Amino acid sequence: MTTAHWLGLFTGIAFGFLLQKGRVLRFEKQLGAMLLKDMTILKFMMSAIVVGMIGIMLLSDAGIIKLSHKPMNLGAILLGGALFGTGWAIMGYCPGTSVGALGEGRWHAIFAIAGMIAGAAVYAELYPILKTTVLAWKDFGKIGLPETLGVSKWVIVPLFSIGTLGLFAWFEKKGL
Amino acid sequence: MSPESSDGGWSPYLAGALVGVLAIVSVFATTTLLGKGSYLGASTTFVRAAGLLQQTVAPEHVAANEYFKKEKVMVDWQFMIIIGIFVGALAASQTDKSFKLESVPPEWEKRFGPSVGKRAIGAFLGGIVAMVGARMADGCPSGHGLSGLMQLSVSGFVALGMFFSVGILVAGLVYRRRRS
Repeated sequence: MTTAHWLGLFTGIAFGFLLQKGRVLRFEKQLGAMLLKDMTILKFMMSAIVVGMIGIMLLSDAGIIKLSHKPMNLGAILLGGALFGTGWAIMGYCPGTSVGALGEGRWHAIFAIAGMIAGAAVYAELYPILKTTVLAWKDFGKIGLPETLGVSKWVIVPLFSIGTLGLFAWFEKKGL
Repeated sequence: MSPESSDGGWSPYLAGALVGVLAIVSVFATTTLLGKGSYLGASTTFVRAAGLLQQTVAPEHVAANEYFKKEKVMVDWQFMIIIGIFVGALAASQTDKSFKLESVPPEWEKRFGPSVGKRAIGAFLGGIVAMVGARMADGCPSGHGLSGLMQLSVSGFVALGMFFSVGILVAGLVYRRRRS
């Protein structure tokens, strides 16, 4: 095992521990969000995003880390996102949570994991066709919101954080 | 916002905020220790796992496949994260006795009954569709959702918006009907 492997393992253990303690690994929690009945996974994700966003933007401004945007490949993200949403709703897990669910004893997650591995193999076979079609539709490149909107990130980050806190207050008021 | 959730876990706000801290530490650690900053993600590992499994029966096919060549079939940093998630969740579930062997999710059972076979088929097919979608979109709720939004990536916002809006639509169609 190299440093990269050890680092990944420890990061993963901490991530899995927090996912389990936050109770977001359950099929019921994933479905609950999609049925708009239980917003646990949104509370978890948005809390992670706000905290992470502030730290990452500070470190990036200080020149300590580099941002790594995924390409804004419009057709691929719209169609791929729709396919993912469809499969996610049926399976009730996403790639990261499926292995965590298996860890907390929900052994039926193995079927979802097997399906996702099969899906990856299917995608590898489809890739040559997709590369000249869906993946080539409209790629805006690796873009961030601040430069796209022409607004400083230090305007967006506070607004996003306040908006998220407002959303949380609303969730709590509604008992979601 | 109490520190504990009703089922004995931690508040999702607290656990989530700690994942935010983990994400920051992780980018910093990969930048300083590995020379290149990496952001949390999960779905690429499923490609590598598919490649590793296929290699055992058809190594030439895997070696010739353009996508496997692009993503590199190997156990890397992110692959270890996925293994770690399993270990971490197992450990956490032992600390508060929330570990439970379950053959069908209770909510699924309410809609589709207790058949393990039915759940297996549903989860397997759902998994195929979801992973084809995640690879096409180049990320899942971890890579696009968490890591993308933290960096204010335009792609992250659009992808997470699609994941949830279509998820809500399909979940409504599939699970809202009364059990037949």
